[in-house]
Amino acid sequence: MPSQIVDDYFRTNSLPHIWCPGCGNGIVTRSIVKAIDNLKLDRDKICIVSGIGCSSRASGYLDFNTLHTTHGRALAFATGIKMANPNLDVIVITGDGDSAAIGGNHLIHAARRNIDITTIVYNNNIYGMTGGQYSPTTPRGDKGTTAPYGNIDTQFDLCDLTTSAGATYVGRSTVFNPKLIVKLIEEGIKNKGFSFIETVTICPTYYGRKNKKGNAVDMMKFLRDQSISINAAKKLDEDKLKGKIIVGELHKSIRPEYTEEYKRLVNSF
Amino acid sequence: MKRGNIKLMQGNEACVEGAIAAGMRFYSGYPITPSTEIAEISAAKLPRIGGKFIQMEDEIASIGAVIGASLTGLKSMTATSGPGFSLKQENIGYAAMAEVPCVIVDVQRGGPSTGLPTSPAQGDVMQARWGTHGDHPIIALSPYSVKETYEITIEAFNLSERYRTPVIILMDEVIAHMREKIEIPDENEIEIVDRLKPKDKAEDYNPYEINDGDLVPAMASFGEGYRYHVTGLVHDINGFPTNDSKIAESLINRLTKKVEENTQDIVKYDEYFLEDAEIALIAYGGTARSVKSAVDMARKENIKVGMFRPITIWPSPEKQILELAKTVKKIIVVEMNLGQYYLEVDRIAKKSTDVYKYGRVNGELITPDEILSYIKEV
Repeated sequence: MPSQIVDDYFRTNSLPHIWCPGCGNGIVTRSIVKAIDNLKLDRDKICIVSGIGCSSRASGYLDFNTLHTTHGRALAFATGIKMANPNLDVIVITGDGDSAAIGGNHLIHAARRNIDITTIVYNNNIYGMTGGQYSPTTPRGDKGTTAPYGNIDTQFDLCDLTTSAGATYVGRSTVFNPKLIVKLIEEGIKNKGFSFIETVTICPTYYGRKNKKGNAVDMMKFLRDQSISINAAKKLDEDKLKGKIIVGELHKSIRPEYTEEYKRLVNSF
Repeated sequence: MKRGNIKLMQGNEACVEGAIAAGMRFYSGYPITPSTEIAEISAAKLPRIGGKFIQMEDEIASIGAVIGASLTGLKSMTATSGPGFSLKQENIGYAAMAEVPCVIVDVQRGGPSTGLPTSPAQGDVMQARWGTHGDHPIIALSPYSVKETYEITIEAFNLSERYRTPVIILMDEVIAHMREKIEIPDENEIEIVDRLKPKDKAEDYNPYEINDGDLVPAMASFGEGYRYHVTGLVHDINGFPTNDSKIAESLINRLTKKVEENTQDIVKYDEYFLEDAEIALIAYGGTARSVKSAVDMARKENIKVGMFRPITIWPSPEKQILELAKTVKKIIVVEMNLGQYYLEVDRIAKKSTDVYKYGRVNGELITPDEILSYIKEV
């Protein structure tokens, strides 16, 4: 029997989902609807936009206005939606490859505009749907099918990136801590501006197997052991933070929001 | 006729005027010559009439935002030139697949690559047809005057709404930057077509279901209470992805048929001195102006030539070209490329008549004199 929240918010006729056993994406997806449920939002006014990849299949399973776009472009489509109707709550679901590689330009510019869109990246450190190629968030030294001798590239910190680019709410959690994911998404939706939530998820099938990380349970334990809250992290020096996943609300600021600025411009005529 | 309705304007300006008259309320774009005035004029006008303008970070984002805005209920347009048109191709295919009405203006310039900014060319004819991957419907229109740019832009919106498909306006630098006198019609003289809206209740709405005898499904906007899914994947009538080969085949066939079976409704063309012509010149866009002059010059010398001018480039006016091929001895396709539309005309006409091509790719216009010389040569 599906839980009440699945019954209420998922298109159960579009299930079962395509994700592998042990995948963390379901935890993030459930956390999104939990946050929406907690906020008691009008679901007719919610628009969920996704790109391409494992994460981005989530949009089809959810009973809102949903748009599954092209690879990397979810934020571009979402910007058109939000501009066309600023009364909609626009949420973008994307992955690490989708948002940080092919869609990187749209990510930094959506943050710069501070347009009122909540972006949730499912970061599994790998291209899962295409079979395990290294992504911009694959740690240096880790393996992928296109990094058979170990990744020589530097990992992107997407929270630092979006903070620098101008996002006004930035947070990170892992699928080991869904309560924190729900809280961050709630705050992100409430923030009038560009919100960015990174959820570190697990891909036992490709990333885990390629890098001998064990099964899904082992990978969850790894997330538990490596996570450190932002407050605790502030007390540690850089050496001790190496390899740690800093979680919590990482950045909050207040800046004019793009569609509000547009409205202000129109009202000035 | 009111004097205030007569204006002197550039092709790019007429394009925006036509778009606004057709109901455009969203424009997103990225700067590129020779189309930039379309963005500039939209930026000045749209905020003052309740519309939205946004300059996006790149060409791909511009067409993405256009599709998003159209799904949210606004008639939407973007404009670009050759290099940007190449970048937009993937999402043009998305609009064709997900059946999202939108208008894409391509003010052609010399290519390939950065090419000849910003000399005139007509090298994007085949890109307009086959630029995005896979079999898909496309409508492309090419104006030959400022006045026609205005009219064709309205027509482009109407066709995109009626058939739920991307419509391309293939302009060239000649028409885009030329200034001519045009008469703006009164609002009530303009026919406006809006997309078909669902009559079903939200719970009964299948976004890609068609009624008997029709090929175009009704379209709800995001936020209206019809919560549905849109994807670029092959999808069933509910919009959900599927790998079912029967559904895939029927979907792609329906998309193609939307345009193919309505070619007579879509196709527009112009004829000039064709009644007794022995040689027909086929030309479109800016080149048709030189060809028209060449016809006038040839007629003074009693050479029986005329011009057939497709206004709708895609779908091609196949029936009309075939009939023409049966009545003339020769057809010459004149265009600012090395023979792109010639391929289409030759395919249609070669069994009935000889088809020649006269093209140019150096950024210079084709002059009436040289067309006349070529007529004499063949």
